[in-house]
Amino acid sequence: MSSEINLTLQVWRQPGPQAEGRFVTYEASGISTDASFLEMLDIVNERLIENGEEPIVFESDCREGICGTCGLMINGQAHGPQKGTATCQLHMRSFSDGDHIVIEPWRATSFPVLRDLAVDRRAMDAIIASGGYISVNTGAAPDANLTPVPKETADTAFDAAACIGCGACVAACPNSAAQLFTAAKVQHLNLLPQGQAQRWARTEAMVETMEEFFGSCTNHGECEEACPKDIPIDFIAWTNRDYIKAKVKNRKLAG
Amino acid sequence: MLGSLDARIPAGSLESKWTDHKFSMRLVNPNNKRRFDVIVVGSGLAGASAAASLGELGYRVKVLTYHDSPRRAHSIAAQGGINAAKNYQNDGDSVYRLFYDTIKGGDYRAREANVYRLAEVSVDIIDQATAQGVPFAREYGGLLDNRSFGGAQVSRTFYARGQTGQQLLLGAYSALMRQVAAGTVELHTRSEMLELVMHDGRAVGVVTRDLITGEIVSHSAHAVVLATGGYGNVYFLSTNAKMCNVTAAWRAHRKGALFANPCYTQIHPTCIPASDDFQSKLTLMSESLRNDGRIWVPQAHEDGRDPHEIPDADRDYFLERKYPAFGNLVPRDVASRNAKTVVDEGRGVGPLRNGVYLDFSGAMARDGEAVIRAKYGNLFDMYERITGEDPYTVPMRIYPATHYTMGGLWVDYELMSNVPGLFVLGEANFSDHGANRLGASALMQGLADGYFVLPYTIGNYLSDFLGDPALGTSEPVFADAEQAVADEMNRWLSIGGTRSVDHYHRELGKLVWDYIGMARNKTGLEKAISEIPALRDEYLRNVRVLGSADTLNQSLEKAGRVADLFELGELMARDALTREESCGGHFREEHQTEEGEAMRDDENFTHVAAWEWNGEGTPQTRHREELEFENVELSQRSYK
Repeated sequence: MSSEINLTLQVWRQPGPQAEGRFVTYEASGISTDASFLEMLDIVNERLIENGEEPIVFESDCREGICGTCGLMINGQAHGPQKGTATCQLHMRSFSDGDHIVIEPWRATSFPVLRDLAVDRRAMDAIIASGGYISVNTGAAPDANLTPVPKETADTAFDAAACIGCGACVAACPNSAAQLFTAAKVQHLNLLPQGQAQRWARTEAMVETMEEFFGSCTNHGECEEACPKDIPIDFIAWTNRDYIKAKVKNRKLAG
Repeated sequence: MLGSLDARIPAGSLESKWTDHKFSMRLVNPNNKRRFDVIVVGSGLAGASAAASLGELGYRVKVLTYHDSPRRAHSIAAQGGINAAKNYQNDGDSVYRLFYDTIKGGDYRAREANVYRLAEVSVDIIDQATAQGVPFAREYGGLLDNRSFGGAQVSRTFYARGQTGQQLLLGAYSALMRQVAAGTVELHTRSEMLELVMHDGRAVGVVTRDLITGEIVSHSAHAVVLATGGYGNVYFLSTNAKMCNVTAAWRAHRKGALFANPCYTQIHPTCIPASDDFQSKLTLMSESLRNDGRIWVPQAHEDGRDPHEIPDADRDYFLERKYPAFGNLVPRDVASRNAKTVVDEGRGVGPLRNGVYLDFSGAMARDGEAVIRAKYGNLFDMYERITGEDPYTVPMRIYPATHYTMGGLWVDYELMSNVPGLFVLGEANFSDHGANRLGASALMQGLADGYFVLPYTIGNYLSDFLGDPALGTSEPVFADAEQAVADEMNRWLSIGGTRSVDHYHRELGKLVWDYIGMARNKTGLEKAISEIPALRDEYLRNVRVLGSADTLNQSLEKAGRVADLFELGELMARDALTREESCGGHFREEHQTEEGEAMRDDENFTHVAAWEWNGEGTPQTRHREELEFENVELSQRSYK
């Protein structure tokens, strides 16, 4: 059953990309445990506006845990305490009356803060642009049932494809690596028969673009813990294997 | 000023129209394509697929999206699936049957020619998506699996667990990013379109505001493509994402583009019931759940028993009872209205008595929990996260919520609006779903428009302008549009009222839901026509937008969007009031059969209503496009 709780929030406020930021404390009283975490922030913002203060900037869109727009560090944990749950799907029943909650943006050099809790994640698009696709022009595809894909293969590819691109893996990683994000896309495509033609080129390009923008992976495994879609780091291991092969094969293919 | 609207539907038999038209349209040769600039606004299924395909063809494409990445567009949240007339299941499906089901599902208020083309290209979409690596569900033999969906008696829906929209969008997004890397597509994220720029009666560009810096930027092109989604957020509470809005389409409407059938809104039957005042949105549970879940309420009013303690004899499986042929798989509008009826009767369930049960105990006994978990696991998990209840042991509670809007900018057969050079794709146009959309058809239409229709039809328009450079952004029309945006920003910031934008949005939503929701009547609609503008006046006097225009300012972004939703809400009421019949998602209480079913008036209303902007404060003018049915006989929809 729902009840009301009172919370103390410590929120990162930063007026702009170049400005200096600081923590500001807000009391959030009378919050229903049925509210989502973002609805709690909506309520706080309504009260701030009433008092003539600019609301806290945070991003969200679908609020169903699928678009990947939202993402906050909540008490030092990416997306907060509930495992396999994006910030928008976290509900206040995960908190208790009197709790003190520290709310920060994703912290990573490659994700510069834009304002308050909003960050710039364009570096992830750059990784996809470097090879996160199968090159098939519109209209050129054969019948979809021409190539059977074993169910297990399709299911595993799906497990990787479930990534929502939120950046929690980067925020959770001590090195700020985007290895889980990259590996999920690499393996989604590398596992499927359709993805074989570009397998080695894709792997090398995407891993190296990741390294260009982000830190390197040293197998801490924090990303898997933070991932709202429970994507396993097995995909990182497979990508590392593919990367070594790719370095050899791509050289050989190049003559 | 406009005569009766000409949709420019090609002559010939239904089956040959598109093939013949593709041959008769003018082409732009490959070397000339790179001399044309095309702006695509929006990066969802329709926008991303169009931009990627145009880029592949060699056009110079610019994609504008207000998201931080194209992958965030709301297509991503579609759960259930995508229809295609593949007939892989050997159960009697065909292009004609998909066409027929869609026309009938839309309650005979869509164009035959458009819908047939949609069914025709549906098969290519599945091929395209599969080749891109979209991980559709598969059978053990490795071939693609299908499920059935509301409004159909065949299994033609392809799906990727409960995340079909996500996977299809990621496919289109990957194709788009490939073109970005290839240099054919220029991507502008966090850029919100706020003005359509016209010159000599044609669309020649747009003006955007950079959401981070506030910079106002002009973009010029030979053609502008809007793929900016629907307007469900006029209800405030809907299954739409928080940022979804009508602004791009509305700003085009204010420049002369006709807005068609705004009263056709879809209420989705399977959403999680609202729980409190602070609720920021409603969450949809995929309609595919109706394949295995049975919908029921107690026979008795205010039955306070735990669902497990209510024996079968005391339960009313009202859809199975009233519609034995389709049962729980009746179309969305029928399912929604019936849920409203039983809740209004006082037979609703849950703490607020505002829901009906969707029960999987029978399916789990039949197939085993593992099978149900494999099919719907992520949906069940989502339900539990939101409600705190476990649907494996307690029946889900569901209630209808606004989900999709069939109305939108009027387009002809080539998907061009009445404004030359302005094309409209996906949910933003009004074209293919008539008065009601069938499940798993939104993804189909978005991708059909973007991958397989626009890339052909845009050439037919552009070929007239070979050799003409796009109008320069230094032209006065661009400076004027930029000034209009700057003035608008200053206006919001200088009001200095007392209530937030969200406050007014929520109030607007209540009015629209009460008067232009699942059931409408004359009295309510007249109230809406007087109360919405009154609330809007207060909004314009009393809204409080803090901060400045040269930073990331979310209140400022929302202020303009909500103002446009106010104007749209008023138009919805006018459209609903004028349409003196019930059809699909538009249910007028005055027009129903004795059994409470929607009653159309084919003699007087077999037409599209397309509204023309006449300036602020003056009601729009209603134009008609007559709908001709040459292949399908109009009948009372029956799912019994």
